[in-house]
Amino acid sequence: MKVALFVPCYIDQFYPQVGIATLQLLEKLGVQAHFPAQQTCCGQPLANSGCERDALPIYKHFVDTFSDYDYVVAPSGSCVYHVRKHFDKLDQTADVQHVRGAAYDLIDFISTVLKVESLPGAFPHKVGLHLSCHGQRGLHQANESEMTPVRDGQLSRLLRSLDGLELTQLNRNDECCGFGGTFCVSEAGISARMGQDRVADHVRNGTQVLTGSDMSCLMHLEGIVRRARLPIKVMHAAEILNGVVA
Amino acid sequence: MSHAIRADKFLLDADRTTWHDETLWFVREKRDRAAYGVPEFQELRELASGIKNHTLSRLDLYLQEFEAAAQANGVHVHWAADAAEHNAIILDIIQQQGATRIVKSKSMLTEECHLNPYLIKHGIEVVDTDLGERIIQFRDEPPSHIVLPAIHLKKEDVGDTFHTHLGTEKGESDPQRLTEAARQHLRGKFIAGEVAISGVNFAIAETGGVVVCTNEGNADLGVNLAAVHIACMGIEKIIPRLTDLGVFTRLLARSATGQPVTTYTSHFTKPVAGKEMHIVIVDNGRTQQLGRPDFRASLKCIRCGACMNTCPVYRRSGGHSYDFTVPGPIGAILSPNIDMKKHASLPFASTLCGSCTDVCPVKIDIHTQLYKWRQVLGEANEIPAAKKWSMKFMGRVLASTRVYGLGGQFARKALRLLPHGLTHAPSMNAWAVARELPEAPRQSFREWYAKQPQPATQLPNPKVPA
Repeated sequence: MKVALFVPCYIDQFYPQVGIATLQLLEKLGVQAHFPAQQTCCGQPLANSGCERDALPIYKHFVDTFSDYDYVVAPSGSCVYHVRKHFDKLDQTADVQHVRGAAYDLIDFISTVLKVESLPGAFPHKVGLHLSCHGQRGLHQANESEMTPVRDGQLSRLLRSLDGLELTQLNRNDECCGFGGTFCVSEAGISARMGQDRVADHVRNGTQVLTGSDMSCLMHLEGIVRRARLPIKVMHAAEILNGVVA
Repeated sequence: MSHAIRADKFLLDADRTTWHDETLWFVREKRDRAAYGVPEFQELRELASGIKNHTLSRLDLYLQEFEAAAQANGVHVHWAADAAEHNAIILDIIQQQGATRIVKSKSMLTEECHLNPYLIKHGIEVVDTDLGERIIQFRDEPPSHIVLPAIHLKKEDVGDTFHTHLGTEKGESDPQRLTEAARQHLRGKFIAGEVAISGVNFAIAETGGVVVCTNEGNADLGVNLAAVHIACMGIEKIIPRLTDLGVFTRLLARSATGQPVTTYTSHFTKPVAGKEMHIVIVDNGRTQQLGRPDFRASLKCIRCGACMNTCPVYRRSGGHSYDFTVPGPIGAILSPNIDMKKHASLPFASTLCGSCTDVCPVKIDIHTQLYKWRQVLGEANEIPAAKKWSMKFMGRVLASTRVYGLGGQFARKALRLLPHGLTHAPSMNAWAVARELPEAPRQSFREWYAKQPQPATQLPNPKVPA
């Protein structure tokens, strides 16, 4: 199994520890992932801004980079969702189709490809899980409160398997945090208010560690937590899982 | 003016924003309980979506079938290409009656066509008989929600309005007393009404009848007391058969307010002896939308408002921030069809979280259409120049490994060295108004990775040189 690690641009630049945790966690689970150095970005920031045409060279670069791998694993459901859903704008060559199908969010890869449902280890903290919309509603990695029947979520199952970890019961289990890519600056007021409301839900219900599988939402929420100087630690799920698994 | 600017005005009153958000979230939760309570809810959605897709695929035929059946019932059928024709037809019917007093139940179409100001200009008194509609009519405001038109107002606001217009006691905010005042006031209007105008929730091709769903019974009261009934409908309101109706009535109220069904589901098929019934069928941009393959499905909308109640942006920006008859996510995909320039910011007033698509009872892919409208607007140069050029620049950077790597190094270094007051200046950095930037690490992931001993196993050769 040839597995490539895709480290989204903002994680590469601002959260290298999340990329490192992803690589090490995969290794502990028996997967030697390779990081093709010429990778850049999935192009989503441009496309979500209405500039899909300008993103096409980035899409092509992405496909060229990853077409030789069986799986492309990223610690971000949003980027994966973009590759799967919106690379339909490229000519659907065999390589393009392969890469779209091969792209996996880290937690999805662990759950559905490696079929790991529980992990040995302890994390004795009250953990608030932020469900990111693109992973949850886009890739169906967790239950959507709008939908029936109710299903279990991949990440919440993995977290619950850790000793001593208590998941925060939120008032709103899966409301969007308001990051939304360039929305966070083009609609900065609403974006901030949404984030503040999400954080308040975690504060009210006792979250000590705020986590999720998508660093972009966490970057936004962390920015709000730090501005308000709240005693909440924000960590990507890969950091928690890599920290506890020996 | 963009959605963001209007939203910022709404956000200034933080407590009211909280109240607005919580009120609509309460409705969304009621909807969830109602949906969970019906085991076949997802099948109903699939069925409803299928019926609407089918109907839109042969809309011309169903419209003609509907017209013939309605005419056979003794109903006058009128066709209006746009809002102006719609308004003129209605004025003509009213004037032929020599009438001046009109009672009108809820109709988003007549809002869309700005019928009220048109009739008032021609000396006709129009009274909206839905309670919420009447409140905003007194205040000369547009509705802020398609099902809950006065949801932006608190009971104290209603008390002030009724004190001014209905002479209730100053400071009265008891909902029971305020409703009673409106009831007494409207009773007189109902009795005096000469022509009743209603909207249409569903028009049944097979029978030629129209169905109006209300919770207040005001449509029935108006129609049954007046000598003439005018029902106004967009062309997309058609469903083929009477047996299809149950699929929609089971979904409509559950999705809208969490009720099992609206209090009144009234069927109007033929005029009572000695009275007249008219149906005005309106296009007003709908065939143009039908001709856009990516956006056609927006015409499946049954106007339940569930996408508004669930939208985290709508709940915090208020319906008026959309400046369009239909606000919220569905409004954001309908409005650019009407005026792309004016409504260019609406498809961007979303995080694309997808909750709207998940609650939609007829399975409109709302968030996908928002994404697609963004592309149409981008191609049509209807996005801000700063955004356009920064995205073009970003496109160049991100298509090249080398430029991207250097750019990242430079940005992180700048962030580390420049003073916090400069990097976080609200005037230069919208992110930093309410948020801290991430702390810039000395080394990126790729810089770290390059220093690691590479695994001995044979790795595939990348196609592109680094």
